Amino acid sequence: MIRGTVHFKIEICKGCELCIVACPQESLGLSNKINLQGYRFAELIKDNCTGCINCALVCPDAAITVYREPKSALRKSGKEAVEVK
Amino acid sequence: MQINDSIEGLELVYQRPATLTDTPFHYCPGCGHGVAHKLLMEVVEEMGIQENTIGVAPVGCSVFAYHYMNIDMQEAAHGRASAVATGIKRVLPDKFVFSYQGDGDLAAIGTAETIHTVNRGENILIVFINNGIYGMTGGQMAPTTLIGQITSTSPYGRDEKLIGYPLKITDMIAILPGAFYVTRQSVNTAGNVRKLKKAFQKSFEFQKLNKGTCFIEVVSNCPSGWGMTPVEANKWMEENMFPYYPLGDLKVPRTEKEKGSNNA
Amino acid sequence: MDQTLELIREARLMKGNEALAEAAIRAGVQAYFGYPITPQSEILEYLSREMPKRGGIVLQAESELAAINMIYGASGAGARVMTSSSSPGISLMQEGLSYIASAQLPCLVVNVNRGGPGLGTIQPSQGDYFQATKGGGHGDYHLIVLAPASVQEMADFVFDAITLAEKYRNPALILADGALGQMMEKVELPEEGSLEYPEKSWATVGKPKERERNIITSLFIQPEKMEKINLELQEKYRRLKEEVRYELVSTDDAEILMVAYGLSARICQKTIDLAREKGIKLGLLRPITLYPFPEEAVASFASKVDFYLVVEMNAGQMIEDVKLSVNGSRPVFHYGRMGGMISSPEEVLSKVEEILETQSVSNTSTGR
Ligand SMILES: Cc1ncc(C[n+]2csc(CCOP(=O)(O)OP(=O)(O)O)c2C)c(N)n1
Ligand code: SF4
Ligand code: SF4
Repeated sequence: MIRGTVHFKIEICKGCELCIVACPQESLGLSNKINLQGYRFAELIKDNCTGCINCALVCPDAAITVYREPKSALRKSGKEAVEVK
Repeated sequence: MQINDSIEGLELVYQRPATLTDTPFHYCPGCGHGVAHKLLMEVVEEMGIQENTIGVAPVGCSVFAYHYMNIDMQEAAHGRASAVATGIKRVLPDKFVFSYQGDGDLAAIGTAETIHTVNRGENILIVFINNGIYGMTGGQMAPTTLIGQITSTSPYGRDEKLIGYPLKITDMIAILPGAFYVTRQSVNTAGNVRKLKKAFQKSFEFQKLNKGTCFIEVVSNCPSGWGMTPVEANKWMEENMFPYYPLGDLKVPRTEKEKGSNNA
Repeated sequence: MDQTLELIREARLMKGNEALAEAAIRAGVQAYFGYPITPQSEILEYLSREMPKRGGIVLQAESELAAINMIYGASGAGARVMTSSSSPGISLMQEGLSYIASAQLPCLVVNVNRGGPGLGTIQPSQGDYFQATKGGGHGDYHLIVLAPASVQEMADFVFDAITLAEKYRNPALILADGALGQMMEKVELPEEGSLEYPEKSWATVGKPKERERNIITSLFIQPEKMEKINLELQEKYRRLKEEVRYELVSTDDAEILMVAYGLSARICQKTIDLAREKGIKLGLLRPITLYPFPEEAVASFASKVDFYLVVEMNAGQMIEDVKLSVNGSRPVFHYGRMGGMISSPEEVLSKVEEILETQSVSNTSTGR
């Protein structure tokens, strides 16, 4: 399985949970902590993220950065990764 | 359990576009406006047109779009965004110009401007966020509110006998000769987000070629106005909005080949 | 102004509306957005014919509402822009004008005033004085208002209005009337290209990497910020007082001062001749800028004349500004006809004589 991971800009996350629903791996959940805006923010809860970027695509606050194992040179940058072919 | 979020050996595959400012969106949690803003700015970044793009956002929840989109922008009066965009495009024909309008703005108070801008085939992109409600003013009925839908000004549900039917303005737009590309997309799933982004890309490419008006309806949510959680709102949108406002292209440019066969 | 004198001028016989339209092209107006309405459609028609040939943009909008918002967009994008209409159409533009004033965008608006209220009549009127000079739309703002009284001024004031609009980043209005728009007179047109384009670093033309994004807006949600913007506007209106313009006719020995602008001022000039034949020493102050209003000039006659007579084609609008200027130190009377009716010089003279009679009665009764 390809390994990926996500980083959240927790201060701009609003805890809407849309990323959690979008994740096919069920890797995400809400933290028990709250950010300065008063929201429980999203976080990685399992080690099975594949870096599919689904969560980042649906995030209304552009709070998610996604990293992934280089896969045979196909998709290199974030820009190419979201291109629909 | 300790989660491994180390990026060692990994590469960056997605990040917030640099064409968005660092200002956090003021939108409610889960609001589709955020996704649409982000995608528009991703496309502007990827096409390298930040220096040549001017946006217009009228009154509505997205009135502060200029806080977030790092491009030159104008704020327009309620309903007048397409007229303002027309003014800009007419004097700066080589720049990319878009308007970003809500359903109240575009399909109620600004209907005339919308129709005539498209009818003139103004070379602009009109982004139409259809969330079936007036978000900014606190959840009143919109021209796009569904039959039976409860809002603060249709507390017994929208009654078509009193107030008419939800307006499918995009279908009206599609029949105008000035419209070059008309599509209806959404922001609820990763797949739909990809499609919407593609539609934005195409629209700017068509604009570069002076093809006429590109019109993109984004069927969106308003969790606050609808009184739902974001996850519930998206589900409600899929079950109620999509049947009435089906996603897909309403008008696509004919290829040269198709044109030839029609002429024959 | 020396510069104006240097311009080579050519004389032609033209309608007021057409002279104004031709002057707009010569003043370097880059885009015109408008909607037909009598008695100013010649402006749109003339520009529709001439602008495309001479490199300008002209667009007949779907309404005055759309037109004024196109003006907002195009002016915000840095172009020299103009629209024109007549009373009902100008009413429809008020929301947009308030936005334009708040966003501090320069533009030229022409109102060829017709009789109202409502759809009214297409005959000349000055019924829109309040709307023109007091803001017209919502909020605390003013347009710069110039009132021509001849076809020559219909042309010249285009240059002056644009110069002021750009200098102060404020919408400027030429308040004419149906008669001035339709009448034919000899006019010497200013030379094309004599008005330079100022630098507009604030315009939304696309954000180069080196600068912050430009934003054209009238939304200042924090009251502190909104008050600051208001204070800035008020400061601008104070500076505008330097631009006050007016004309004096036969005022040196005047014992009665008429105050009238535009077509009414022309009528009053005739009244002066008739009055002086009868030995009545009548003078005229003609405000050229209705906003800023020549209040000091009007007030300065309080110690010299017995009373003021404001002559307007309305029920009494400018009289309020005259009264404010005079501040109770002299009586101020009004004579006006409404609904598209034009007073004759004789009617105005009768009014003067009528006042003189009642004045002398009241003067004897108060023992003055
Ligand atoms: C002339 C005028 N009328 C009414 C309003 C009040 N108003 C502001 S936003 C809005 C509705 C916005 O709804 P929509 O366009 O659907 O955008 P949303 O807020 O849902 O994104 C209204 C009625 C206004 N600003 N100007
Ligand atoms: S979608 Fe974005 S804002 Fe919503 S919970 Fe996930 S990271 Fe936070
Ligand atoms: S009120 Fe509705 S449309 Fe407006 S930001 Fe909130 S969720 Fe979005």
